[in-house]
Amino acid sequence: MNVLKTTWLAAMLMLFTSLAQAADLTIEITRGNERATPIAIVPFVDGEDLPQDIAQIVSDDLERSGYFEPLERRAMFERPASSDEVRYGDWRALDVRYLVAGRISREGDQYRIRYDLVDISGERRMLAETVTAGRQGLRDAAHYISDQIFEAITDIRGAFSTRIAYVTSSGIGGDTQYALHVSDADGRNSQQILSSDEPIMSPAWAPDGGKLAYVSFETERPAIYIQDLSSGRRVRATSFEGLNSAPTWSPDGRRLAMALSKDGQPEIYVMDIGSRDVRRVTNNSSIDTEPAWSPDGRSLLFTSDRSGGPQIYRLALGSGEEERLTFTGDYNARARFAPDGEAIFLIHRGSNGYQVARQDLESGRLVALSDTGQAESPSVAPNGTMVIFATQQGGNGVLGGVSADGRASFRLPAAQGDVREPAWSPFLN
Amino acid sequence: MQLKPYARTLAIALSLAFVAGCSSTGGGQDGDLTGGAGGTDRGGVSTGGVDGRGVSGDRAGQMADADGRIPETRTIYFEYDSDAIRNEFEPVLTAHARFLRNNPNASVVLQGHTDERGTREYNLALGERRAGAVERYLNVQGVSPSQVEVVSYGEERPAARGQNEQAYAQNRRVVFAY
Repeated sequence: MNVLKTTWLAAMLMLFTSLAQAADLTIEITRGNERATPIAIVPFVDGEDLPQDIAQIVSDDLERSGYFEPLERRAMFERPASSDEVRYGDWRALDVRYLVAGRISREGDQYRIRYDLVDISGERRMLAETVTAGRQGLRDAAHYISDQIFEAITDIRGAFSTRIAYVTSSGIGGDTQYALHVSDADGRNSQQILSSDEPIMSPAWAPDGGKLAYVSFETERPAIYIQDLSSGRRVRATSFEGLNSAPTWSPDGRRLAMALSKDGQPEIYVMDIGSRDVRRVTNNSSIDTEPAWSPDGRSLLFTSDRSGGPQIYRLALGSGEEERLTFTGDYNARARFAPDGEAIFLIHRGSNGYQVARQDLESGRLVALSDTGQAESPSVAPNGTMVIFATQQGGNGVLGGVSADGRASFRLPAAQGDVREPAWSPFLN
Repeated sequence: MQLKPYARTLAIALSLAFVAGCSSTGGGQDGDLTGGAGGTDRGGVSTGGVDGRGVSGDRAGQMADADGRIPETRTIYFEYDSDAIRNEFEPVLTAHARFLRNNPNASVVLQGHTDERGTREYNLALGERRAGAVERYLNVQGVSPSQVEVVSYGEERPAARGQNEQAYAQNRRVVFAY
């Protein structure tokens, strides 16, 4: 198990260290969850100054999820380095439910991170593990530890060792520069994978996490490209007349759904990636766009204005049957399924402008999640706990995140320029 | 935004000279960007683009002498959530229609744009609908469909920045790009 882990960290490292560094995004927690579980992530004991504060990265990960409220360091009167050193009564007095303690030692150019997760009320150790990483892999190691702690307590697989793709732009008019980036889920380690003086849109992760599909206008016409992340190689998948837009991968990775207007107004098509054959799956005189696959691959969500304004529909790919899903308000667009298929996340225009909303498919009830009025492009974490989206802050595009229940939120502003169209990767490990 | 023909030719020449700078993929261990992948061979892509644009730019320049100039006003604006041609812009469209009828070798790209509100991919479709309304207007006025192409940019290429109606109004537009 440990070998596997180390191999994975090393592989991820090789994948991304060779890429050029770009400006990172920095997390700001904007709303905590008052029902979050109190946890103490005690600073890990280490023999020397490490380039990364592992306990702080873990603490930030857990706080961002909205499930946990980490205890401030200045409230920690003891600094245990392992479960043996934990005095349970002292931590109970601080209302702490769980505690993480650890110790880091160095062997050559490798760091051994040994940590314990402790249940304070049950007075028992829940998890003990040693993770090995090189200097460049310390952040990945920290996110891995966050994943283990999150799953041990919530029973939900952690999604901290994932990545996000996003588009940036700077400048105005003909001088605008566009770029496509991939970063860690916390906005760090960002790498630019494409730059252009023409627009870049709609990044979409392949289910294996190794490729992105996106739309680029670099030929002054929109076309869909598929780029391999490790090699940088890419192919142009479509360049039909008219729109080539909104690519999304089927769960089996063999097909792309997309919106094309080659036959008139925009319609939804499904392309077999191997043969490049495209099959039209919607047919009417309105706009149909923004397709998204159901987790079982049997149906597509899409946006259509056939009723007058944009609303979300579901198409059963087998029967061709279409069903309108949204009825709350006059603008519902760009929906994405929750990983369990039981809810959809979408952009809903309500009294507060354009907000990220969740609609439960069984009840049809729609709930607004984000409090800003200019939200776009919701993308769901692979474990379904968080949604990342684009919004505005001080006139600039920034990324925002909100927990799937709406209780906790964060922002990911860039140092400069606009950031938008985040796409959350699948699980990568 | 709207380059004069010679400026455009210059821009094309520059982009030919610096193909890699125009659109480059990072990400490769060795920057093997153009790869062997047929569809994305940058040389092929930019050659195709250069041919088309260079020809139309030159011809437009020649025709400016023989058959009158390309109409000065090359941007028309739209109401919120609408693809209806406003009365005040009908003379502009009529002038472009006349120019295109008189210059059957000239061609124009109608670039459709929206303001930033709403989702990007839906806005891309709305921008196409706007440009399509202009295209139909030109066709009704006798312009050959082969002279007109529609490209939507949605909200991706705003003319003005800002979250206010003034900026939004400047961004809801169709641009005639010769």
